Amino acid sequence: MELLQKVHAHNLVAWAKDRPDVVVLSADLTSSCEADVFRDTYPDRFFSMGLTEQNMLSMAGGMAREGLSPWIHTFAVFIYRRAYDQLAMSVAYPNLPVRLIGFLPGILTPGGATHQAIEDVAVLRGLPNMTILSTGDATDAESVLDVAQAVDGPVYVRMLRGELPRLFDASEPFRLNRARVLSRGSDIALLTEGICTEEAMRATRVLKQRGLSIAHLHVSTLKPFTDPQVLEAIAGARNGVITMENHTTIGGLGTAVAEVMAEAGVGKKLVRIGIPDVFAHGASRPYLMKELGLDATALVRQVERLTGESFGITEDDLAAVRLTAVHSEAKAEAL
Amino acid sequence: MNPTTNACQTVDWQAEACRVAAGVRRRVLEHTLNNNGGYLSQACSSAETLAALYVKIMNLGPSVAPLVPLPFPGVPGPGNSDYFTGAAYNGPRAPHLDRFYLSPAHYALVLYAALIETGRLAPDGLAQFNQDGASVEMIGAEHSPGMEVTTGSLGQGLSQAAGVALARRLRGETGRTWVYMSDGEFQEGQTWEALAVLSFYKLDRLGIYVDVNGQQCDGKMADVMNIEPLRQRLEAFGARVFQVDGHDIEALAAPADVEPDGRPLVVLCDTDPCRGVELLRRNAPKLHYLRFKNADEKQLYETALAAMKQGV
Repeated sequence: MELLQKVHAHNLVAWAKDRPDVVVLSADLTSSCEADVFRDTYPDRFFSMGLTEQNMLSMAGGMAREGLSPWIHTFAVFIYRRAYDQLAMSVAYPNLPVRLIGFLPGILTPGGATHQAIEDVAVLRGLPNMTILSTGDATDAESVLDVAQAVDGPVYVRMLRGELPRLFDASEPFRLNRARVLSRGSDIALLTEGICTEEAMRATRVLKQRGLSIAHLHVSTLKPFTDPQVLEAIAGARNGVITMENHTTIGGLGTAVAEVMAEAGVGKKLVRIGIPDVFAHGASRPYLMKELGLDATALVRQVERLTGESFGITEDDLAAVRLTAVHSEAKAEAL
Repeated sequence: MNPTTNACQTVDWQAEACRVAAGVRRRVLEHTLNNNGGYLSQACSSAETLAALYVKIMNLGPSVAPLVPLPFPGVPGPGNSDYFTGAAYNGPRAPHLDRFYLSPAHYALVLYAALIETGRLAPDGLAQFNQDGASVEMIGAEHSPGMEVTTGSLGQGLSQAAGVALARRLRGETGRTWVYMSDGEFQEGQTWEALAVLSFYKLDRLGIYVDVNGQQCDGKMADVMNIEPLRQRLEAFGARVFQVDGHDIEALAAPADVEPDGRPLVVLCDTDPCRGVELLRRNAPKLHYLRFKNADEKQLYETALAAMKQGV
């Protein structure tokens, strides 16, 4: 699997080259949010806001009203927790095209509870006019910019930084409200978001080898949540449905799927894998994923619970999995 | 809107501003009586400031909005192409023209009265105040006459206007951006974030008029949460501060004539929350919203209104 460094930092610069209305606002986390190359390339379009997040959100609203395209870069928690009222009233209510690039979704940082955005989707799904996108690899992180920019209204992006895998072929961009179908199957439907997709692929590779038929969807649009592929995958799942998200199990992907199933009258079992309604703490990503039951092993155990079968898969089996970039169903020849 | 430029009028701007201020108080008192309650003290403290802003200070074109406000157009959203803001009451948008942002949105009634007195809103427009389905809301929102942003959550108006002012500067516009604030908003942390940013980016074409009436919902600010010394605090944040008698229209207008020097302009308007309605002092220190305790008290205000109408 190809691994890339600082994908957003360089992509943003190339993408914004011929978009003079795009301005970046940063709250003292410019390098940490990969906006440093933009700052150095387009200093006239970069605005250091210091630690004034509440002001920054309202100010972005004012700038958007004047025809600018403000792209806020900071840690996700400082967008939806610290400045929620400003986000709601200065940006979301007037439906302004402010792009909120939130870094460190879920347990991606050892920074502890203060830095871990574990309930951002729950909070922002309840906010009218808000679109919520989530990235799972380098291709998502690159192509999400076009998707966000095309939305008539505010967009919140769970963005990844640093070293990213390329799970999805670079020729297949992020599409609004359309999940990536990673595999089709009839035993279980598996819906994953963010970094959980990569983690789930380690398990599904082995599970498929042991004979399990899995419909696996990578969900990158969390609001709106009306993609018909979701119900299609669920309809064919004999044993039930599993969701897996880098977020609390309340209010995120698992809840969205539950709502869709209930409204459609689908009476199947649903297992929600996610942060189990607890705060996380400062520790490494693999440590937290294991502790909170977010890793490939946890997925295998939940699959076994749902199917009533034991697949005899060990942690060593999962650790040996090497992922390569996958094409979606749209390019069946590559599957 | 300076009437001295109008050939049909010979009255000077000072007299016109005084007339507008008196009209604002009278209309708000009348409305408060008709509605059995209202934000009267805000009219008492801010009448001269809003009058000076609309008559003298702000360089606005004539209103381009309907005299009688349109009904509420529905909330803004991707599916609502009918949505409008109330900015058109302050004239057209142009690079050389000023903008106005009312931050304490519960002053909306006072703003509507000022719009009526300056010919931008029909007197009938006030009949829609706080009526279901109307855009003339009690706590004004961005669709309400004279408003352009939603500021009912206090402390957000200044930052939003700062974003507007920054964008206007990037476009090289010469028009100024005026923000009207209440002193209570200086208890909000966001206000100080905004001031730091205004100073840092030298947004000196943004000017703030502050109603320093010393009052907030719970009572006197000095008792609820002191913000003094406000002038020194503002100066320490890099603002260029003028402190004036908030009922002296010439003193109110003077700071706007000073050439900007890189610092954001703040005019602290020392005001009397009972100015022009002496009866209101009985309610001190609870002046935020007037409710009549009984028919006798209401009758006293009726008498005061009658006297006001006779110019006594």
